[in-house]
Amino acid sequence: MTVSTAEMAQARVRADAEARAPLLEVAGLTRRYGARIGCADIGFDLWPGEVLGVVGESGSGKSTLLACLAGHLAPDAGRVLWRDRDGRARDVLAIPEPERRLLARTDWAFVRQNPRDGLRMGVSAGGNIGERLMAGGARHYGRIRGAAADWLARVEIDAGRIDDTPRAFSGGMQQRLQIARNLVSGPRLVLMDEPTGGLDVSVQARLLDLLRGLVREMGLSAIVVTHDLAVARLLAHRLMVMKDGRVVETGLTDQVLDDPQHAYTQLLVSSALRL
Amino acid sequence: MTRAVSERPAGAGMIAVRAVAKRFTLHNQGGAVIEALRGAALDVRAGECVALTGASGAGKSTLMRMIWGDYRIGAGSIRVAGVELAGADPRTVLALRRDRIGHVSQFLRVVPRVPARDVVAEPLLALGAPREAARARAEALLARLNIPPALWGLSPTTFSGGEQQRVNVARGFVHPFPVLLLDEPTASLDGANRATVLDLIREAKARGAAILGIFHDADARAQVCDRDVDVGAFRP
Repeated sequence: MTVSTAEMAQARVRADAEARAPLLEVAGLTRRYGARIGCADIGFDLWPGEVLGVVGESGSGKSTLLACLAGHLAPDAGRVLWRDRDGRARDVLAIPEPERRLLARTDWAFVRQNPRDGLRMGVSAGGNIGERLMAGGARHYGRIRGAAADWLARVEIDAGRIDDTPRAFSGGMQQRLQIARNLVSGPRLVLMDEPTGGLDVSVQARLLDLLRGLVREMGLSAIVVTHDLAVARLLAHRLMVMKDGRVVETGLTDQVLDDPQHAYTQLLVSSALRL
Repeated sequence: MTRAVSERPAGAGMIAVRAVAKRFTLHNQGGAVIEALRGAALDVRAGECVALTGASGAGKSTLMRMIWGDYRIGAGSIRVAGVELAGADPRTVLALRRDRIGHVSQFLRVVPRVPARDVVAEPLLALGAPREAARARAEALLARLNIPPALWGLSPTTFSGGEQQRVNVARGFVHPFPVLLLDEPTASLDGANRATVLDLIREAKARGAAILGIFHDADARAQVCDRDVDVGAFRP
């Protein structure tokens, strides 16, 4: 098990280094709310194994951007190209709805700020994890339950809690369960909206550590929306700073935080309590 | 991507800095412009350790941060292992940091709660090393740097300044990076630990690493550095 995980990780590192094309290519993505701009003319590439942080204050458009990417909101303009497992570029906004839904249940994952929005609160922890596997076509009960137990362990939840519902879990445990539910299908892209948002600082650290390990071991690509620059620093390889619906600065995470160029980024960084 | 082996011009070092300038514009302080460096140039060849010297505020850290890719290069060229950093995209810088540039900074910045052994092993894990092998290598280095085994499983955020510094050193030396940037690697260390760090530097030189360091400790500098570059000469 350990060996195969390590071999898998090595294979992923090699594959990422040799990747010749981005996993996701976003261009001109725009969403308006009437006359108001949600997000405008957003463009970026996301490469395999890369974590992109999207930072900015409330109302900067970062959640609108994520919702457009996830298919929860229809953009007014723009293109999102997704490289599928066969290496074909697919226009995510143009593929038929059933296919997009299948994508959302298998290759893409979406971790919400509030675990109650991303979990089924009346269903057992094991059921929450197994449901996504079944949605992807798995039918063998023993294997589904085995995978659920395995994932509970990976997110550091006692296997004895497999039949409990998330209602009985702490906020930190609920968030870890939501992550397990999302990652069990082996997605290639994870979208996260303030994943550490509602958690105590000590719980945040544990979750950050967990996410970093999973990103590395599974070779995940991720887009993480956060207003917390400390979270962005520890999780993201690259940052995109948004203000009033537009990207004002982009670059390597520590470069953006340590040598910010745009007036707004300088203000954000200098306003942070401690980095 | 930019993995292709780049050609280094004859005579240029593993670190080659040419005509580098850096200024900071503080938009929220009336647009004040601070000229930090102009005409910076240096070379560090394989197997060589070069010290950046100059008064506090002369720009030693600024120059080192540009070579690490942490600060943008205002003008000029910085090549590390043949790869141009001026205007480089994040992927290029990250790829360099993964297997070619090791960095020992003055301050330890880690996720709270991650044990010291994993903090040190992380660069190896990022290269795809098996977890057990990476941990074993990390522990050997922590032992050599006198961090008691009882601390290996604890987060270094609770360690003393000297212990944190040694964790930082271990992290920088855990992989045989061909280029090493050392910002005050012996600053808060006592005699025995300082000697260990100087030994690590000598061993890295012997295996052919190109090392650029900032050492306020003149004796340490004299022991390991082949020559000095006075950053004061690059004042605008």
